[in-house]
Amino acid sequence: MSAQIGVRRWWRDPWRKPRVLQTLTWGYLAWSIVPVLIAVAFSFNAGRSRSAWQGFSLRWWVGSPTAAESLLYSPDLRTAVVQSLRLSFLTVLIAVPLGTLFAIGIDRWRGRGPGVANFTMLLSFVVPEIILGVALFLAFTYLMRSVVHLGTLAQVLGLVTFQVSYPVIVVRARLLSIGKEFEEAAMDLGAPPTQSIRRVLMPLLYPAIFASAALVFADSIDDFVVVRYLSSTSATEPLSVKIYTAARAAPPPSVNAAASFMLFATLIAITIGFLVYRRITRGERRSAAREFIGFQV
Amino acid sequence: MRSEVTAPVSEGGDERATRKRARSVTEGARTSRALYPRWYWPSFAAPATLWLAVLFVLPFFVVFAVAFGTTDLFGNPLPVYQPWYWSASTFTGTLQRFFGANAFYRPALVRTLVFVPAASLLCLVFGYAIAYYVARHSGRRKGLFLVLLISPFWISYLMRVYAWQGLLQPDGLINKALVAVHLVGTPINWLEGKPLTVILGLVYGYIPYMILPLFGFLDRIDPNLLEAGRDLGASPIKTFLRVTLPLSRQAILAGMVIVALPMFGDYYTNDLLGSTRTAMFGNLIDTAVESPGGGPQAGSLVLMLMVLLIVPLLYYLHSTRKAQEMA
Repeated sequence: MSAQIGVRRWWRDPWRKPRVLQTLTWGYLAWSIVPVLIAVAFSFNAGRSRSAWQGFSLRWWVGSPTAAESLLYSPDLRTAVVQSLRLSFLTVLIAVPLGTLFAIGIDRWRGRGPGVANFTMLLSFVVPEIILGVALFLAFTYLMRSVVHLGTLAQVLGLVTFQVSYPVIVVRARLLSIGKEFEEAAMDLGAPPTQSIRRVLMPLLYPAIFASAALVFADSIDDFVVVRYLSSTSATEPLSVKIYTAARAAPPPSVNAAASFMLFATLIAITIGFLVYRRITRGERRSAAREFIGFQV
Repeated sequence: MRSEVTAPVSEGGDERATRKRARSVTEGARTSRALYPRWYWPSFAAPATLWLAVLFVLPFFVVFAVAFGTTDLFGNPLPVYQPWYWSASTFTGTLQRFFGANAFYRPALVRTLVFVPAASLLCLVFGYAIAYYVARHSGRRKGLFLVLLISPFWISYLMRVYAWQGLLQPDGLINKALVAVHLVGTPINWLEGKPLTVILGLVYGYIPYMILPLFGFLDRIDPNLLEAGRDLGASPIKTFLRVTLPLSRQAILAGMVIVALPMFGDYYTNDLLGSTRTAMFGNLIDTAVESPGGGPQAGSLVLMLMVLLIVPLLYYLHSTRKAQEMA
């Protein structure tokens, strides 16, 4: 009886700590992160199992050249690593400048044109990836067959189309937050438009450009939907596609190693991007972490 | 061009009038047109616009051309690029597989229409609670929580689902744990096509996309509003129900759309955690694309999916534009 009253009082107390929510949040975080850590751990398993720990070894990472079963020596996985990195670098090199220029243009261009262009851009951001992948696959196999062949070129074109909206969103958010005063001051002091953009606006945009480069890199290295439809032979399949294919059969721990490699590559890109971002924006009174992810969080 | 800006500033005698003029020069659309030639800003947006026209809009036209095209003698698809010659035979044939007498596509559609709302709802309930806790009660550790909440974004979806696939194996750690605490006698085959596994897999994959926008919204709610509710005698639960929840209606709708849209096109969660017994709409498309000569079929399915999603898509674009205008 008294316990019941105690519970009721605890429940009614407006100043009590939200233990239920706290437990739920920590539980969620464990649920979301621990499985990945376990998968990474099993890439160091000495045996072939993904569920029974048989001792520590680097066998699946850098194991013997003769067995060709490790990430380093399996010819299949090694070409895939190279292809992953090639696709991501090319995508960053094309998508980031395209998106940045688009964001600046759309921010200043008045009239009806920008509405249509911006709508298309946002649509490319929210359309489910499989729809874009099928559309590009059909376009490249029929209409543009003589111009674009399936393989690296088609994959890069597809990835850029899917990723170009990222820099647009991040750079536009930055443009909104810095306002037009700096540029106007430059022009009041006599700088011609081109120079005020190059010497005043661009340096202010560098953080956003860096952030979106890191985001695009991380996202394209992980991508496998668009890239899988647009690959031609198994030599053009990046790591993500290999993992996807292997995961449908009985994958050895070298697949865990491959997935962990992708994870580390992504985390390194994001960390470098974030550190650079924070360094350039130091002194600004804004939460770097929030602006970095591009969400209006 | 430049003289137009600087001249009135340097020549004007009355300082206040000068400042006023200078401001009017740098403000508004009229003056930016005077400063820059008409083509100046559009030329910045031109390359990406052209890119999207050729590699986003045009491919959609090709989808129509293939879906409403014909086939040659060997059954290879022949796209038709003139809309007046389009034939709807493949499209209606595909439609019959959903609604006709021999509707062997229908189960996948029904599953999609059950799995996606169920998973989205679970995402909302748990996502809201977590976002609420981090926004209102995490105190000085908010930064740490934010980083941990964002981290799934940087771990590829593939890696996260693959990790679960390992845990859910018949001899995986989940079964070992369940057997060890005597919850079950024999290991459960989670991966043989169980709806529960696939739904939880979807929740696992997409819930981060729900939490972040909700957090962003809840974090911005003016604490004075909540204190006012409290001061007027409302209990914490009542304050939540009468103030916080109604305020977050927009954010909830946006979050639901953000997680539901990609789920409708998802085929990989089921591929890794389910079987053909739990196949969804995305699996139909994927199978059609992968089969030789399946282009028209895949095109028809993509068009149907677009029809299904057009309302939430437009709603989402509309609400983001409103948010942009308000910012």
